[in-house]
Amino acid sequence: MSLSEDFRQSMPRDQLWPFLIEKQPPAVDASKNILLYVEGLSVSFDGFKALNDLNLYINDGELRCLIGANGAGKTTLMDVITGKTRADSGQVWFGQTLDLFDRDEAEIAALGIGRKFQKPSVFEAQTVFTNLELAMKVNKSIFYGLLSRLGSAELDRIAHVLETIGLQGQESMLAGALSHGQKQWLEIGMLLIADPRLMLVDEPVAGMTPQETERTAELLTSLAGERTVVVVEHDMEFVRSIARTVTVLHQGAVLAEGSMQEVQNNPEVIEVYLGEGH
Amino acid sequence: MTAVGAIGSDYAALPGVADRAKELRQGARVFLFILFAITTLAAVGNLLFEPDSVFHVSTYTITLLGKYLCYGLLALAVDVVWGYCGILSLGHGAFFALGGYAMGMYLMRQIGDRGVYGNPELPDFMVFLDWEELPWYWLGFDQFWLALIMVALVPGLLAFGFGYLAFRSRVVGVYLSIMTQALTFALMLAFFLNELGFGGNNGLTDFKEILGYDLQKDSTRVALLMLSALALGAGYTVSLWIMQSKLGRIIRAVRDDETRTRFIGFRTEHYKIWLFVYSAVLAGIAGALYVPQVGIINPGEFSPLNSIEAVVWVAVGGRGTLYGAVLGAVLVNYAKTRFTAVWPEAWLFALGALFVGVTVFLPDGIVGWVKARWLQVKGQAS
Repeated sequence: MSLSEDFRQSMPRDQLWPFLIEKQPPAVDASKNILLYVEGLSVSFDGFKALNDLNLYINDGELRCLIGANGAGKTTLMDVITGKTRADSGQVWFGQTLDLFDRDEAEIAALGIGRKFQKPSVFEAQTVFTNLELAMKVNKSIFYGLLSRLGSAELDRIAHVLETIGLQGQESMLAGALSHGQKQWLEIGMLLIADPRLMLVDEPVAGMTPQETERTAELLTSLAGERTVVVVEHDMEFVRSIARTVTVLHQGAVLAEGSMQEVQNNPEVIEVYLGEGH
Repeated sequence: MTAVGAIGSDYAALPGVADRAKELRQGARVFLFILFAITTLAAVGNLLFEPDSVFHVSTYTITLLGKYLCYGLLALAVDVVWGYCGILSLGHGAFFALGGYAMGMYLMRQIGDRGVYGNPELPDFMVFLDWEELPWYWLGFDQFWLALIMVALVPGLLAFGFGYLAFRSRVVGVYLSIMTQALTFALMLAFFLNELGFGGNNGLTDFKEILGYDLQKDSTRVALLMLSALALGAGYTVSLWIMQSKLGRIIRAVRDDETRTRFIGFRTEHYKIWLFVYSAVLAGIAGALYVPQVGIINPGEFSPLNSIEAVVWVAVGGRGTLYGAVLGAVLVNYAKTRFTAVWPEAWLFALGALFVGVTVFLPDGIVGWVKARWLQVKGQAS
């Protein structure tokens, strides 16, 4: 074989060298129509059982509400799913094939699980625009960050999300100068722009005015279907307005599950949760 | 969709963004202009004017200025990690000193047989210790290029090793600061040992020449000053470029809310390690330029106090603004030079008072204070 042929062989025109191909996160297989499997999950902190043999299945494309008193384990559950807290036992699977226990926060985020925190956490010292830019679903490696410029498709995407969360015209404002409700929306926007398959939303309407609450409810309901949304909320009025399926947690385990109607009429639930406030 | 139209196809067209970028570019130009104007004037004053002329700049001043610029680069390195990423390193003096030692080893080998013992191979302190031959890690240091590589490589590797262990274990805040402090303290104790082969207590000194140029000559001193200015200018420009890129925005995001940054998919520890290494290399270069100008490097440079001083410079100047850090370094060191000439015992108290004063009254440093005043004046005017 001649030298030029050798050369040609090593540089096939129709292929990229392996190191040039961007690593794609593995695809989610939700063929059984269940996106998230949580089985036998237990977590304890210094003897306190935050989660106690919890089982939960989230269907693909549904809007699920998690309710429960303080300390029922809602936030801990989200911590475990997103890789922040390690579980003592049990398993969490994303789709049929992806074991979330093997992965850290960044990997889990790359798989398509986005999370909104209880306390709105946006980058207050940066602009609304930058907040969205950072959350965008792109290559998150260092050199990409050093050299990246936004393309027009990306700018359009940011503009689109700004419109969805009602912050258009405020993109060059510092996120810290936004009102509490707007920060909540910005954080939801940061979730949206990452284009996640599963959104975990912790208390999205805390501190919002009734009008803002209503708009948030509309937004979340409109997302379900194309995405799967899990909402943790204390505001029962809000849950009633968006919920299709409600899961009640109590002392780290599932107490009841069903429509709002069913859950409200469940004697156990009335006893431990609704009974206190209503 | 109106929003699309509002943004157009360019981020730079956003209200405020273009202004801010322009402001930064202008600021950078002003900074670089002042830096090179002062050093050039000093160089001309030293080389072209006779000592009795009013325009004459003494060699002492040249060296002092060069020293300040090296401190400025060290302050820049501290600011990059502290001001932009929230990593309060109380051990940056270690990287500075390691860069200095790498340069010092080269300068030692340049002495050749002009030492007190006249040994062409071994530096004086090794002859004094009855060593037969050069330790392996001194081999090759008679080559300038190797010394230059080591100036960056040794601090960089140490920072990588340290950062890898600390940031991956998610050590943050005051615990990290204490670890960096311990790092530099441990290195100081190690370098005090004669057996380590770096001259022990006395360190490396009595340098004669660099690349064949006599270190005592005015022209060499001026050249070193100009090199320091160039290094500082380059370090400033590169750091500004990094902080202006998306990478810079990610780094600030890590500073403000690391957990959030992680949950949007960034491996924050990688970013911190990378930035820490970059900063350590800057500090190493600063140390390498410092040593030929002051003519000595000894374990005292590792002393925790030096690293803390560097943090004070940045705090005084204004952290999170690169030129502020440099300004702080120059001002505080000028004050130190003046102060220690009059009343040396009191300097440390003055430094402490300065730090407390700045923390209480000028949380954003001199630069932050001036900016706030300026905005106030502008606000009243309009």
